[in-house]
Amino acid sequence: MAVFDTTEPQTAGAGADRAWWERIPAAWWALLALLVVLPAFANDFVLFQVMGWTFILGMIALSLMFLAGYGGMVSLIQMSVAALAGYMVAIFGTSGMAELSMGLPWWVYIPVAIVIAAIFGTIVGALAVRTEGIYTIMITLAIASAFFYFTRQNYAIFNGYSGFNLVVPPQLFGVDWRQPVPFYYLTGAMALVCYLAVIYVSRAPFGLVLQGIRDNPRRMAALGYNVTAHRIAAYTFASVIAALGGILLVWQNAQIAPGTAGIPAVIDILVIAVIGGIGRPIGPFIGALIYVLLRTFSPDVLTAIGFEGERFKLLVGLGFLALVFWSPDGVLGMWDRWRAGRARAGDPLTGKGGQ
Amino acid sequence: MPGFVGRHPFWSLVIAVLAALLLWLVFAPWPPGLEQMLGRKRVFLNALFGGITLGALYFLVASGFTLIFGLMRNVNLAHGSLYLFGGYLGFEISEATGSWLLAFPVVFIVVGLLGLLLQHFVFRRMEGEELRQTMVTIGLSVVLADLMLWWWGGQSYTIFAPDWLSGPTTLPIISSVREGGEIVYLRYPAVRMAILVAAIVIGVGMWLLLNRTRVGMLIRAGVDDREMLAASGVRIQYVFLAVFAFGAGLAGIAGIVGGTFQSLSPGEDTRFLLASLVVVIVGGMGSIPGAAIGALVIGLSEQLGLVYAPTYSVVFTFLIMAAVLAFRPQGLLGRAR
Repeated sequence: MAVFDTTEPQTAGAGADRAWWERIPAAWWALLALLVVLPAFANDFVLFQVMGWTFILGMIALSLMFLAGYGGMVSLIQMSVAALAGYMVAIFGTSGMAELSMGLPWWVYIPVAIVIAAIFGTIVGALAVRTEGIYTIMITLAIASAFFYFTRQNYAIFNGYSGFNLVVPPQLFGVDWRQPVPFYYLTGAMALVCYLAVIYVSRAPFGLVLQGIRDNPRRMAALGYNVTAHRIAAYTFASVIAALGGILLVWQNAQIAPGTAGIPAVIDILVIAVIGGIGRPIGPFIGALIYVLLRTFSPDVLTAIGFEGERFKLLVGLGFLALVFWSPDGVLGMWDRWRAGRARAGDPLTGKGGQ
Repeated sequence: MPGFVGRHPFWSLVIAVLAALLLWLVFAPWPPGLEQMLGRKRVFLNALFGGITLGALYFLVASGFTLIFGLMRNVNLAHGSLYLFGGYLGFEISEATGSWLLAFPVVFIVVGLLGLLLQHFVFRRMEGEELRQTMVTIGLSVVLADLMLWWWGGQSYTIFAPDWLSGPTTLPIISSVREGGEIVYLRYPAVRMAILVAAIVIGVGMWLLLNRTRVGMLIRAGVDDREMLAASGVRIQYVFLAVFAFGAGLAGIAGIVGGTFQSLSPGEDTRFLLASLVVVIVGGMGSIPGAAIGALVIGLSEQLGLVYAPTYSVVFTFLIMAAVLAFRPQGLLGRAR
């Protein structure tokens, strides 16, 4: 894991006296503008099934990226946290299971869902930070599977195998938020907020301390920082992001069941974050887009070339395998190396020819 | 053992009392009051033996996992896939040849060879990079799971035990006492008892191999200090290959065992991967006796939980793991890192 936030070679002094919007590269503004005007020329399927899923899975993977990239803790619990938030929305809000749902108004159940999911994530984090490296992965994986089996067996609260259906977003400001265009803007805006929040936290003192802990926990402890508390707080922050993603996820699906946080789904989040690259916050969204495109269109492609459409898992698995084998830092890492290669290609004396 | 008693007199007493209570529960005929509280003794005994045999199966899977991890620090999250592959392969062999016993050596060798390939082509290239190993083996398990789903489909298979092992056997344990004073002994499936005995034999054999032979000495030395062992002239890569193949082969024959007294279907691979994760977390990474204790605890808690608190049996497993993590993060018999 290299240094992450220095993508643009910055010359000294430049950028310090410019306004904040001038410091963001033009390409980012172009991307944002493209995303804003996308509904004008994309159909509902692309908006709802492709982009909606990309934003939602990207947010959940973003919470993993925050823990793994800045905290050095690969946590597989994020999908369970998201699913718990989704369950809380179904339980405290309205759903097709009227006898189990409480039907509280949206301004109660959304904060409650986020808080409960954050508490759950914090407790898991408090257990997981007692261990390091591979142990963290194993323990969070084991807890995630316990969550899956528990929701599947528990009928009193989680309605067991069938879960909850007909969980829809509230009708706010006279808008049906489950229509493709409003839902696209809702998920997009939430994804943007989470993305900016992660960027902000990563540059705030808390995030810098976290990155210091990732690189050398003993030195940070010697400097007087409470290593364990910072790690647990990182879990709390990541849980809030995952919870937001989970609430959108349950609205997208309109239902939630134990399978939402089953082991394959938990692994998928890791796959998404790794495919995109856990170096920078944009990575999970790139990974999510690739994953969703593969999932959506590979059955058609596979059928077209004479395979069964169900083999898309094989395709994703092989692609993931190839990627981690040859480029462990994901698509972002490939991109960085490509740029570095182009920059080096210039004439060393004149500096021409390269970037 | 005397050292343990000397250091922890209180806990030794607690363990002794619990063991005595358990022995009494197993061997004595239950008074009516107890039967009212806990239900029939037969139910309790069945759950107990179910837990012990399930623990034996878990031990077979997890001991390979913990051996590989303990020696090489290799994180093989494709271990569950090796288990399922061994099971399917054992099914095919026993169907084709009609011999259940023949399946064991063949599966051990084939899955062991697969483990050799894994170690040689995958793990050797990324020694010490735990995160990358995790990712690669997760990718491998996804691919293997889909290949197996492609080949064997989504239905579940059961491997049939041979005739001389089918049917129940009578154990010298009192199940209940009829009104006329006639004693009814517990009857239990013979194949499960055979598996339990086999797991104990394998476990003791592994312990002897590790602690009484030259190869075992090399392995233990490798666990403690890999570099120094390599520097003293041992070709450590061969030791690694042998241990990885042995662990993989164990997972494979555990697949046959699991396919005989449960069933084989897609999803069993993650189930057993998780079971072995929990077992080695509870028992301690890299410790064979730890794996045995962890497997026994998890198997018992699952089966007893299923009988006495069906909704929360999974939670018991999880609570045990959380308690171990909270008070002894290195596992019951693990060494502090």
